[in-house]
Amino acid sequence: METKDYMVKKPHVLVLKSAGTNCDEETRIAFELTGANAEIVYTQDLYTNKKKLERFHILIFPGGFSYGDDIAAGKVWATEIKHFFIDKLKQFIKEGKLILGICNGFQVLVKLGLLPALNGKIDQSVSLICNDSARYEDRWVYLKKCSTKTVFVNDLEGLLLIPVAHTEGKFITKDEEILKKLFKKDQVIFQYVDKNGKITGHPANPNGSVRNIAGICDETGRVLGMMPHPERAVLQTQYPDWRRNKIKSSMMGSTIIENAVNYIKTTLL
Amino acid sequence: MYYRIEISTKPSLQDPIGEEIKKDVQHLGSRGIKSIRFIRIFILKAKKIKKEKLDLIAKDILSDPVSDIYSFTDHITHGNEKTITFVEIAYLPGVMDPVALTTLKLMKKIGIKEIEDVQTRNRYEITGAVNEKEIEFIVKKLLMNNLIQIWLRDKNSIHFRKKILSFKKRTINIINKNDEELFDLSRRGLLSLDLVEMKSIQDYFFNNGREPFDIELETIAQTWSEHCIHKTFKGIIDYNGKRIRNLLKTTIMKATEKVNRDYCVSVFKDNAGIIKYNRDYNISFKVETHNHPSALEPYGGAGTGIGGVIRDTLGTGLGAKPIASTDIFCFGPMNISIKNLPSGVLHPKRIFKGVIAGVRDYGNRMGIPTVNGAILFDKEYLYNPVVYCGNIGIIPASLCFKAPRDGDVIVVCGGKTGKDGIHGVTFASQELDETSEITSSGAVQIGNPITEKKLVDALIEARDEHLYNAITDCGGGGLSSAVGEMGKELGAVVHLEKVPLKYKGLKYDEIWISESQERMLIAVPQKDMDRLKQVFSKHNVDFAPIGRFENTGKLKLLYKNEKVGELDMDFLHNKCPLSRKKAYWKRERFAEPVLPKKLRLGEILLKLLSHPNIASKEIVIRQYDHEVQGMSALKPLVGWENDGPSDGAVLRPFPDSKRGIVITCGINPYYGKIDPYWMAASSIEEAMRNSVACGGNPNKAAILDNFSWGDVNNPKILGELVRTSYGCYDTAVALKVPFISGKDSLNNVFSLKGKKKSILSTLLISCVSICDDVTKSPSSNFKQARNLIYIIGKTKKEMGGSHYFKLFNRTGNAVPELDFKQSYKTLKKIHRAIKKGYVSAIHDCSEGGIGVAISEMIIGGRLGAVMYLEKIIREGNLRDDELLFSESNSRFIVEIPEKRRKAFENCIKGIPYAPIGEVQYSKKLTIYTKKKKAVELDIDTIVKKWKQRITW
Repeated sequence: METKDYMVKKPHVLVLKSAGTNCDEETRIAFELTGANAEIVYTQDLYTNKKKLERFHILIFPGGFSYGDDIAAGKVWATEIKHFFIDKLKQFIKEGKLILGICNGFQVLVKLGLLPALNGKIDQSVSLICNDSARYEDRWVYLKKCSTKTVFVNDLEGLLLIPVAHTEGKFITKDEEILKKLFKKDQVIFQYVDKNGKITGHPANPNGSVRNIAGICDETGRVLGMMPHPERAVLQTQYPDWRRNKIKSSMMGSTIIENAVNYIKTTLL
Repeated sequence: MYYRIEISTKPSLQDPIGEEIKKDVQHLGSRGIKSIRFIRIFILKAKKIKKEKLDLIAKDILSDPVSDIYSFTDHITHGNEKTITFVEIAYLPGVMDPVALTTLKLMKKIGIKEIEDVQTRNRYEITGAVNEKEIEFIVKKLLMNNLIQIWLRDKNSIHFRKKILSFKKRTINIINKNDEELFDLSRRGLLSLDLVEMKSIQDYFFNNGREPFDIELETIAQTWSEHCIHKTFKGIIDYNGKRIRNLLKTTIMKATEKVNRDYCVSVFKDNAGIIKYNRDYNISFKVETHNHPSALEPYGGAGTGIGGVIRDTLGTGLGAKPIASTDIFCFGPMNISIKNLPSGVLHPKRIFKGVIAGVRDYGNRMGIPTVNGAILFDKEYLYNPVVYCGNIGIIPASLCFKAPRDGDVIVVCGGKTGKDGIHGVTFASQELDETSEITSSGAVQIGNPITEKKLVDALIEARDEHLYNAITDCGGGGLSSAVGEMGKELGAVVHLEKVPLKYKGLKYDEIWISESQERMLIAVPQKDMDRLKQVFSKHNVDFAPIGRFENTGKLKLLYKNEKVGELDMDFLHNKCPLSRKKAYWKRERFAEPVLPKKLRLGEILLKLLSHPNIASKEIVIRQYDHEVQGMSALKPLVGWENDGPSDGAVLRPFPDSKRGIVITCGINPYYGKIDPYWMAASSIEEAMRNSVACGGNPNKAAILDNFSWGDVNNPKILGELVRTSYGCYDTAVALKVPFISGKDSLNNVFSLKGKKKSILSTLLISCVSICDDVTKSPSSNFKQARNLIYIIGKTKKEMGGSHYFKLFNRTGNAVPELDFKQSYKTLKKIHRAIKKGYVSAIHDCSEGGIGVAISEMIIGGRLGAVMYLEKIIREGNLRDDELLFSESNSRFIVEIPEKRRKAFENCIKGIPYAPIGEVQYSKKLTIYTKKKKAVELDIDTIVKKWKQRITW
């Protein structure tokens, strides 16, 4: 087994799971389809060292309702990690490895303070709060790439078409200052736009996010968080109107996943 | 000491939750309100805690530093106006409070040991000129449910009440009771048993020479409830002078035997029906009703409805993995004024919002997509809404059967047992009345989807390691039904004190019949107990061994080693006396509408499109996660703007295979008013038409029946049940489609001042089928201008029960019938044309007829169309409005590229078809009658009318 792994040099992906995580399986499959080795691991097993984080190259916080969104979305999971695991995550990032938070995973990274971590300071400075519509919404959205700061968007050209599905996705910052800094430092990666690439309101911006922000990264560019679900947009047949329009592969969620896998292949393997 | 922390969104930010409630208040007709802000409260119990620590908890753990403010000293207030009212709502003691539980666990985990208990409350800051009466109205109608919550007006605390009762075994005197006393005993004990049944119980104990213990009577009542054994369906019915023994066996199950499909794996035996998917996997499907609980507590009722049917999937075979849900609802009219609501009835809008939120929160949190459904509105559902919840599962082909073995340990796992839902089953078989809100409060259940999600993950892992021999869910009737059912061939002994409880103070019989959610029962060989423990602790799932299966033929119940009950399994399961009921059916005549001489077809079409039954349900569908698990290949919303209506859903469970699963339904209670036989035929065919339209293979399809009926002691209503079953049999046999599972919910009755209000007899047919290649599955939206539009099937003068007649408030009489032979042929040939790839788009033609069907294809495609009414194939003389809005069966609208014309026509030879128009770039729907242009509507107008009806 080991020799085989060595021969093909597959990046190892850890899909982290807590009680209430529910997008772990399709996330694992999406990475496997891209040629990575992906494994679902319980948070508990990381805390107790039963599974070793060091063995992996990419860490995913997938979507779902960790702990039922009790208290607030992502809050309980973030609090736990802050107490038991934050140093290992810092080390992981330092080693040039990648972290991706999707939907609930983004909420966790934000509440943990790993995103945006301005000036490297791990402290919550932005948040994802209840959608303006006060409702859960599942819909497909167009994303514009706003910066090249993160490796996850290396080959990305044009718009992405990916679904969102959440109640708490409205991006806000603590103050105007932080918002400015995010743009200045190119940490805003995705903005919600309409199909022509224009910044507009609902439904293009499904939750009322400030400046239509859909995803941000940290200063290293190796930690990315986003509300939309790239793992639900890796097959033609997962798209809403594939019967009429074949989707360009550059528009698909798989692009983000491939970028991550390729980055590890070229840098760490 | 109790410490109180208040948290709220910063005043500078919008409060969407408060805004939403404000909108609801305004909907209910109260205009004085300026704003509502929502404040969350945590009450922490601790002997002593330092101020700094409390601040830390409030700041770091309970609130969001970016968006929230908090206070543990004063009440939060956002404004300084004089007209502020605060309303505070708490859970009643003993009611599940998931947030409090999670919070307490988190504190313990991260080492804040001071906190002993947590409560949460909701507080609302209401600004604006509203008087006390109005506040009371808002609180009672919108902010709370007095079954589970309490409004804390003056008193500021409720206690963490833990009543501890001493153990006391009770015997019930039954042997010497006369008829009247027996009946009274059944009624007072909420046993829902009739006199014949009570007498047979009397005989049993007389022969045993002793009086029963209370728990024994309860067990029998649960096992013999309508909900558990369907006694009406299985009993004797005297129908129009003919004697029917076991209606279920002689109609629905007989049809399955007769069509004898080799893809049926398990039918009518397990918690769900199972059919083949491929060599390695099978599919399970079950649909449940949850009407009564949803009438009283819409959110909890609907949520636990979906939670329950998910556990049915998990309890099928050795455990199927739930992959999709379906939901079909019937509500009262949304525009009814509050004043006209009888007491004890919740407003339909409240039920609508509550039910949808319940399904949304449970399904979304479980990560199970809700992919298909329907919603009907009618005044007949005002007193009793109808809530159907379905779930589809996938299971390895080798794990579809189960049986406990002698000596297996009985293990209960998942949620703990509380007082929730006691008497839910017997209650489900009972009628509601004005006092039900009060007397049945124990019957309401509150769910916790995360507990169930963990349970699913743990059980699937245990299943794959073969750690248990049998599994079933603790649903209706709780442990009583689950243990009784699983052990009926063997025998079982249960130690009731071993069942993990949510709180102390449950009596042993309450433990036995509680319907607490999220519990499953498994039969585990002793040798596998250690490994089971490892698996469950990995997933953080609670479990406990509570007894053993043993080959004694007896059900023995013990509490702290004292015997509290012993019943023969044979008596329990085979000796329920057959019910005897009378039924008749005679066709009634209904008034015919006077149709207008001068027709404005366009206007009528727009009216139909905005009829609540037909109008877009996008606002609901988007609240459901319909894509989680990534299997979606045809979504409930389709087309250019992703808002066109789909005929059903297609799932692609494995990315490396193109084989899909198609899920659809058919429902039309209005036809049943005229003739339930044709309601059954139409509903089955509608489900099948939808299935074929989604690419499903009609020769690899299976259906499920769900009956929601009124008072079956009324011979007329029972007659409708019989006639519906006959329709089910004939249609299923003709279409060669097997029933694989079903469920009935009878006695959906509301007693209002002594008068019984039954619901409309409502049959739901759900269909699951295999799509051999999802890349060939079409959708309903028009794809390409200049493509041809075909009508398949004959249009007849069948306006009875149609939505067109509903516009005139009439039912009519000519209900759509079904030409059985033609129907089978049509489904088969259309499927073949789809499989060959000829079909660009296809849509089922049902409610609102051709007019609505073609409009929906336009909405999906955002492409125009022209259509010629004279080209529609017809039988007899039809007026233009009848041609356009008749709801005749066996019809589709199909879009075909010009170049496929010949091949398509060759392929479907032998069924009626005709090209009736063309897809166009024009943004218009144009319809020509023989003489003139009769309809010209902008797509925008059509879309607007269709989409703007349901927006709450």
